[in-house]
Amino acid sequence: MTTATSKTEASRDLAAEKEKWLRAHRQMVRIRLFEEQVNELYTRALMPGLAHLYSGEEAVAVGICEALNLDDYITSTHRGHGHCLAKGASPDRMFAELLGKEAGYCRGKGGSMHIADPATGNLGANAIVGGSVGIATGAALAAKRLENGRVAVCFFGEGALGQGSLYEVMNLAQLWKLPVIYVCENNLYNEYTHYSETTAGTILGRAAAFGIEAETADGQDVRAVHEIATRLVKRARAGAGPAFLQADTYRYSGHHVGDINREYYRSKQEEQHWKSERDPIQLHGKWLVNQHYADAALLEGIAAEARKEMEAAVKFAVEAGYPAEAQVSEDVYA
Amino acid sequence: MPERELTFAQAVREALAEEMRRDERVCIFGEDVAEAGTPFKVLSGLVEEFGRERVLDTPISEAGFTGIGVGAAMTGLRPVVDIMFGDFLTLTMDQMVNQAAKAHYMSGGHWKVPMVLRTTLGATRRSAAQHSQSLQAWFSHVPGLKVVLPSTPYDAKGLLKSAIRDENPVVFFEDKMMYKLKGPVPEDDYTIPFGVADVKREGDDISFVATSSMVQVALGAALLLEKEGISAEVIDPRTTWPLDEKSIIESVKKTSRVIVMDEGYGRYGVAAELAAVIAEGAFYDLDAPVKRMGAMHVPIPFSPPLEDLTVPTERAVFEAARKMCGK
Ligand SMILES: Cc1ncc(C[n+]2csc(CCOP(=O)(O)OP(=O)(O)O)c2C)c(N)n1
Repeated sequence: MTTATSKTEASRDLAAEKEKWLRAHRQMVRIRLFEEQVNELYTRALMPGLAHLYSGEEAVAVGICEALNLDDYITSTHRGHGHCLAKGASPDRMFAELLGKEAGYCRGKGGSMHIADPATGNLGANAIVGGSVGIATGAALAAKRLENGRVAVCFFGEGALGQGSLYEVMNLAQLWKLPVIYVCENNLYNEYTHYSETTAGTILGRAAAFGIEAETADGQDVRAVHEIATRLVKRARAGAGPAFLQADTYRYSGHHVGDINREYYRSKQEEQHWKSERDPIQLHGKWLVNQHYADAALLEGIAAEARKEMEAAVKFAVEAGYPAEAQVSEDVYA
Repeated sequence: MPERELTFAQAVREALAEEMRRDERVCIFGEDVAEAGTPFKVLSGLVEEFGRERVLDTPISEAGFTGIGVGAAMTGLRPVVDIMFGDFLTLTMDQMVNQAAKAHYMSGGHWKVPMVLRTTLGATRRSAAQHSQSLQAWFSHVPGLKVVLPSTPYDAKGLLKSAIRDENPVVFFEDKMMYKLKGPVPEDDYTIPFGVADVKREGDDISFVATSSMVQVALGAALLLEKEGISAEVIDPRTTWPLDEKSIIESVKKTSRVIVMDEGYGRYGVAAELAAVIAEGAFYDLDAPVKRMGAMHVPIPFSPPLEDLTVPTERAVFEAARKMCGK
């Protein structure tokens, strides 16, 4: 190997590395700006139902989904917009779903808490806490049996640690060496209660009890999440069985948009601390600049482009039509 | 002095507070029931008065804490277990159906399970398929359980007190959309016995047998019908088990026409059972087939124009009744 080729290889690697982290940044910004529009739609009473925002937690969805292939599976939660976007869903059809429009991912029948998209391996967001742990594990069983090399990622909040079925499926996943990764997004609160009041012992100890490979990641650090996720996904694909990842993070807003007075369960200072010191987008943006992968203008450009994309997507959704009445009784059976 | 008015939510809270003052054994547990007072704010203030020993926040473990309710009820407490959305009842089914409902019978009458499972029902809140169901039929189907469906603040207070004092497991359904409904509620300690229907409005031409959320719909339809010269009676069984068959049959015998309505699915549901009771007890007095109205037989869709099609409305009941009365 001559020095010249290794130099071009090195610069190609560098370019790929740069592109990878710029893409991660773009994905996080898109999620943040998506949620800003949701907040706006909701407060202007244009969005029916409930809206659970993912803002603050972007590095988890992005760090993990960037380690997945398009045909790998995910299951998501009531706080699912970030997972859907990170896995490749497009914002226009997501907004359409949030507004109950025919053009939405579920023809308006699912809404914010139930976005599903086979094209991106999204088995569905779920409004039952812990409701998808079996589904993700079942997808891993099918992947193993069909030998298609896919893995399944099961996203859930630390609140789902309360559900017994999680432990039933973790046991099975380990016994059967299934390619599933349980991602526990610990944003500290189950609705309005600090997780320490609902969770005995340690989070990782739960996985350890089944001998499942378990790790913790700083969920505000997209590179850290991504590095661990890449390793766990590779392991799962190679047949080494399930893994458990605890990602420590924080939700910036209320449990849902209407949860405004929340000082009885957490302080404004705490929220402010996470927003100003631990923001995943700011932290990663700073790192990009330090690495000379980006400058302020480039980052602003990314944000401006994402903002434009989200505005156009909202416009699409607002202008889209509602499903026809006959739709109400379609899709009950396959 | 004008009668005092409370909202439905306040009436529920008052019943709980009074029962907790009266009986040390009464305690509450569920998700976010303490400081948060539930997402519907129905329990606000109770933890401040009774403390965290008696108002206990639980993890998101419906099967587990319902089972704990069963065991604690068998051994000296009177738990009121809170299941935030009726849809999450599915997670409690083994504890309620195989344990709570059967403990008394299987033990030859030795064990008792004096617990209350409070939960919600109802659609049209744009909450989609996993937060909108009305599952009262599932529990009404099970011997050993009692099922309560209050439709006014007054009934909510009196029935909840009876539920807490009952020696059996009772499932108590509150319509989420009704929490802000106001109505007269006496300050006294009163109870309403189970198995006694209440005539919410008297009429001669047609009977509406309606539960919970459907009582208001029936009353609204009755008003519309009045303008057409049709007099509708609205009768509310208040408990689906025990069921006041006699009052329902008497009403139907008087009017000779009946629509039964319940927000659960009409098929195989509470409405279906009420229709069967009427067919058995008043067949020869009927001038028209019994009509059932309930949720459309689909998962509740999110999209507002679709969701609105799934639940009987005043208009729909009015039209159906008018047709039955030949007008
Ligand atoms: C089985 C079940 N119980 C209760 C709820 C109501 N609920 C919705 S979100 C939530 C808290 C979830 O906390 P967590 O899993 O940590 O997720 P986060 O909201 O923090 O993202 C609760 C109790 C539900 N949806 N499903």
